[in-house]
Amino acid sequence: MNALVGLFTVALLGAVILLVSAPLRAKRRAPDPESVADRAELDAAREAKYREIRDAELDYRTGKLSAEDYASIDGTLRAEAVAILDRLSALEDGEGEEEREDSQRDGDS
Amino acid sequence: MASLGSACLLLALAVCAYGIGASLYGVRRARPEFADSGRRAVYALAGVLTVAFAVLEIAFLRSDFSFNTVADTSSLTTPTAYKAAAVWSSQEGSLLLWAWLLSMWSSLVLFLTRGRMRDVAAYATAILLGFGAFFISLMIFYANPFATTHPAPVEGAGLDPLLRFPTMMIHPPMLYSGYTLCTIPFAFGMGALLARRVDAEWIRAIRRFAFAAWFFLGIGILLGARWSYSELGWGGYWGWDAVENASLMPWLTGTAFLHSLMIQEKRGMLKVWNASLVLSTGTLAIMGTFLVRSGVLNSIHAFGGQTLGVPFVCLIGVMIAGSIYLVVTRREMLRSEHRLDSLLSRESVFLANNLVLVALCFVIFWGTYFPLISEALTGKAASVGPPWFDRYTVPLALLLVLLSGIGPVIAWRRATFANARRNFIAPVAVALGTVAVLLLAGVSGKPFALAMFGCAAFVLGCVAQEFLRGVRARRAMAGEAAPVALVALVRRNRRRYGGYIVHVGIAVLFVGVAASSSFQHTVEPTLSVGQSTRVGAYTVHYLRPTATVTPSNDAAHTGSTLSLGAVLSVSKHGRHVATLYPSEGYYASDEPSQGSVGSLIGGQAVSHVAMSAGVTRDVWSAIAPNIETPQLKRIVEVGNKTIPFVRPEDALIAVAYLARSYLQHPPPAQFHFIVSPLVMWIWIGGLIVFGGGLIAIWPAPSAMRRRVAVLARGRRARAEQGLARA
Repeated sequence: MNALVGLFTVALLGAVILLVSAPLRAKRRAPDPESVADRAELDAAREAKYREIRDAELDYRTGKLSAEDYASIDGTLRAEAVAILDRLSALEDGEGEEEREDSQRDGDS
Repeated sequence: MASLGSACLLLALAVCAYGIGASLYGVRRARPEFADSGRRAVYALAGVLTVAFAVLEIAFLRSDFSFNTVADTSSLTTPTAYKAAAVWSSQEGSLLLWAWLLSMWSSLVLFLTRGRMRDVAAYATAILLGFGAFFISLMIFYANPFATTHPAPVEGAGLDPLLRFPTMMIHPPMLYSGYTLCTIPFAFGMGALLARRVDAEWIRAIRRFAFAAWFFLGIGILLGARWSYSELGWGGYWGWDAVENASLMPWLTGTAFLHSLMIQEKRGMLKVWNASLVLSTGTLAIMGTFLVRSGVLNSIHAFGGQTLGVPFVCLIGVMIAGSIYLVVTRREMLRSEHRLDSLLSRESVFLANNLVLVALCFVIFWGTYFPLISEALTGKAASVGPPWFDRYTVPLALLLVLLSGIGPVIAWRRATFANARRNFIAPVAVALGTVAVLLLAGVSGKPFALAMFGCAAFVLGCVAQEFLRGVRARRAMAGEAAPVALVALVRRNRRRYGGYIVHVGIAVLFVGVAASSSFQHTVEPTLSVGQSTRVGAYTVHYLRPTATVTPSNDAAHTGSTLSLGAVLSVSKHGRHVATLYPSEGYYASDEPSQGSVGSLIGGQAVSHVAMSAGVTRDVWSAIAPNIETPQLKRIVEVGNKTIPFVRPEDALIAVAYLARSYLQHPPPAQFHFIVSPLVMWIWIGGLIVFGGGLIAIWPAPSAMRRRVAVLARGRRARAEQGLARA
């Protein structure tokens, strides 16, 4: 029984080491560029803005907002959404540029 | 087996230490492979602790009394279901349950956020592993669940009789799930501050976990209240007990956070407030565990010893100091991106609701910790009772219910007075109508209760109006039938309408609380067989006594050797309503000085409540039989003198003789009767709250579609890469 427990403990230790060290044994990965975090932030902002637009529409349709207030709020929200989408596009363009430069560099080498 | 468990604890501590180091190194030195390795350490921790927990469960199920904790909290005669649940009745087992649940929930959140917020997640990983290391260290150095004694005793002490109740099998795991889930938003909040990424992304990542913490903690609190009401002999569901309060405080701040996070998500506002709330909730959750496990304050729910106070105080000190330092040093970053557009907006109502919830939490905190505060200041531990709590919490609860009705009918950003007036006409009419009807029906003299009924009616009116208008709008847009439109409306706006259902549940719950506490009738008579007493409009008649002796080898045995009770007939205006069978169980003690017969019934005496529950009222009864009569005492004394300890079966015959004597000459018994209106609505309200919570937490169809699309895109990209390589 004791031998079995010892064996099991060693096996558990081995499994833990294998699991934990897997990323260290894999090919070294470059850290995520800043753009990844920026994109995630913008994605979150975009989703929140879409939700806000939907909420404003529901507030209007359920009589909580007057037509004038809704028009003004909806206009503001859509402008804010467009600004976020513009920033996302700019980020994508920047990433595309970097990728093109990288592939050109790879081709040259 | 115990050595395997101990090895698992040591390995778990090593995994925590490695994971903390790897995560911090990875994030500080921009080495993502180390951060990934740290994340995997959490998965490994979950695996190792699962093995440890399984070892302890098996020991309990096999009644392996060489494990000290099994010998202390279980016995051969404990039913199997209670043996399985006895694991968390002990100090050691509950610490293991805490650490195990923490590792499982941490693994889940880190798995779901893999590849996102790498820097925030790396700090959060280190903090979660820090909590893991703390609890594992407690087990290794203070309360080891795998400590053994050789030779093993042949029988254990058995499970605390108060815990032999079905909901007790799921109440602690629910509560501990809530507590451990509270640490996840705490860890990510700290991570966001440390990584200086205080945008809405971390909020989005942990929103469901904050909701899950609120959900499980709430269920745990409700199950605890149900246990108190149905099992303890005092007849209440909430006694402002220190441990009850300790679980309520993080729930209140968690509720506040769930409202204010929406403002940060939508408007980039309240960042300092949200960070403070999330850090307070995590700290209060640890304080809750501390109260249950340290025994620092008197509580019927405290099952721990006195040894864990200092380590917990150190941890709580570090959490508070760390939280304050981070919020203060990051205050520039936490500045709001926008200002309130109008005081008449949903944001303002949410803010008011937050203030009320935090005020409630503060009142409860002050009352709960007052004994410690007064002892520190005056040297005397003074405590405050339910009237003190009621004085402050009742007006705040009224305000809270009122706000939960106002919120849904006010628009985001800004509302006009004209719209608000139009939206409030019907709900206010419903509220005033309800109060008028109640006054006409003779419900008076309890202004707070009446105000609560009015506020609850207002909430129901507001939410009903919201659903009606939403369905009407949906029908106008899509031309759907009303039921289809209702389902579509809720499906497309789960958070909003799930939240409204939660508000309805809260209103219903408070109606139950207000009615049952304000219009309750209580009597505590001493009755002989054949006598009656009145409780409110009900008459309770003591028909006959009952007495049962249960041998310990009986499969249905829950532990009490002797059970004495009564058969009661309850009638109203001469019509029979119910027959009740309250009893009191007498448990064996391990005190040899009580003698061979006396020790069989000399342990804890536990009341087994009987009640007739209904939607309009509960008739609740408990009995405290008198077994100290000269005749019954003489049976025990003679038995003790004549029957040796080595013949327990003869001692049991003496107990049976005592039971027969009790039936033949029943002495007057002390009873406790309560008639409470609408108690059932507390439980129904709780179910509505958690039903609404489930709807709100469920992923929206669009979100699920997006997630599937992202996964599909990922797979497609990998396949294309594979093809390109081929």
